[in-house]
Amino acid sequence: MVIAAPSVDFDASRAWALSSEVSLRDEAFGALAYHHGTRRLVFLKSPELVTLVRALGSFDSVNDALDAHVDAPQRARYYAALAALQRSDLLRVR
Amino acid sequence: MCADSSLRDRFERGLAAPICLTWELTYACNLACTHCLSSSGRRDPRELNTTEAKSLIDEIAAMQIFYVNIGGGEPMVRRDFFELIEYAVGQHVGVKFSTNGTRIDEVAARRLAATDYLDLQVSLDGVDAATNDAIRGVGSYQAARQAMDHLAAADFGPFKISVVMTRRNVEQLDAFESLAEHYGAHLRLTRLRPSGRGVDTWDELRPTREQNRTLYHWLIERPHVLTGDSFFHLSPLGAPLEGLNLCGAGRVVCLIDPVGDVYACPFVIHDQFLAGNVRAAGFGTVWRESELFVSLRDEGSPGACASCGSYDACRGGCMAAKFFTGLELSDPDPECVLGHGEVALAQKVEVRRPVSTSDHSRRVSIPLRTRA
Ligand code: SF4
Ligand code: SF4
Repeated sequence: MVIAAPSVDFDASRAWALSSEVSLRDEAFGALAYHHGTRRLVFLKSPELVTLVRALGSFDSVNDALDAHVDAPQRARYYAALAALQRSDLLRVR
Repeated sequence: MCADSSLRDRFERGLAAPICLTWELTYACNLACTHCLSSSGRRDPRELNTTEAKSLIDEIAAMQIFYVNIGGGEPMVRRDFFELIEYAVGQHVGVKFSTNGTRIDEVAARRLAATDYLDLQVSLDGVDAATNDAIRGVGSYQAARQAMDHLAAADFGPFKISVVMTRRNVEQLDAFESLAEHYGAHLRLTRLRPSGRGVDTWDELRPTREQNRTLYHWLIERPHVLTGDSFFHLSPLGAPLEGLNLCGAGRVVCLIDPVGDVYACPFVIHDQFLAGNVRAAGFGTVWRESELFVSLRDEGSPGACASCGSYDACRGGCMAAKFFTGLELSDPDPECVLGHGEVALAQKVEVRRPVSTSDHSRRVSIPLRTRA
């Protein structure tokens, strides 16, 4: 469950949001995300990533959310983190 | 879980709520396994009642503890067992429970299969009756297999077969894997610790050093086999095993026992690791503020392991295993794969193993009724 490499299936031009089956619990390091369906626990390893994930639902695309929340040099990292969350089924297309 | 080292440091300092919360519903049990970590048998009259149990579930839900590991004793002997698990699931607290299987007949299997967000594991300590029943009692093998048959027939889906690794069953690893495949089940292996009645049987049942090495290599080749992060003391044998590789007691792990006492981990039911009681203070307060848990989250010192090059791999091992074998918490794990635990034990002038402060063993054993 390490959040790492980008995925080709994750289309950042579309609108995504946290899956309704996922709960987030804030922690000092970021948050724990639990998928009630797959029963998998995933660690979001920075508070900034948690903010971004929570905000996804109010943007028309992932790209817009990244523009608003992340500085350019960090963008690839956050994109990769989101793609990994999507592979774990934590994000859903809206 | 994830072995990232920065995250591991955070975990050592504790979290807002546990990740791995075990709640033993009752000390009552119809079996009397010789290695029972909670010395179960007799029901404790002070057991949390249904109302208290439900308000504890409310608090667990409010703390966003996503799931709870339910055990005992045998949790299914509680009359309100289904009421409680259905209540928990209704509060979005997932339930993973551990059972000896004796109470899973056709009807119970169907009811379990119909409950969402429910995982269960049936305990089995040998692939044949002879090996299993020597530890878990006569008839317990047949009962567990019948439970598995009922679960399969009810289409429960993939349950877990949970095995405590002992000197008698390491040779059966492949056979356990085949059995799990036969049921479409997941195999879960855990470490035998000298806790509860295991204090008395650990010397005779713990795997040999050679067996531990076999087990390590078997696990490395099978990352899909579940271990509950049990075997990280073996990680200095090579590449780290899956998991956090640290003792989570009071940091990410804790136990609520049937009377509401909160201990640092299910394997340390002893006054020395008692943090408080949920009746008095509520679970959240105990978790956040108890002196014991605060001190467990203090920067741990490597103690006698400081000069060992493998400290990063195993963090000195399991606190429970050290405590109940009479070692200091700063000593190496008694099963340290480099042999330092045995040396530490040998160097003690007198090894005093702590005496249980919570024994619910039955004084006479009652024979198990099995459904033929
Ligand atoms: S000496 Fe300590 S750190 Fe080294 S392998 Fe043994 S238990 Fe682990
Ligand atoms: S005391 Fe042992 S069993 Fe308990 S959390 Fe620590 S390593 Fe795990």
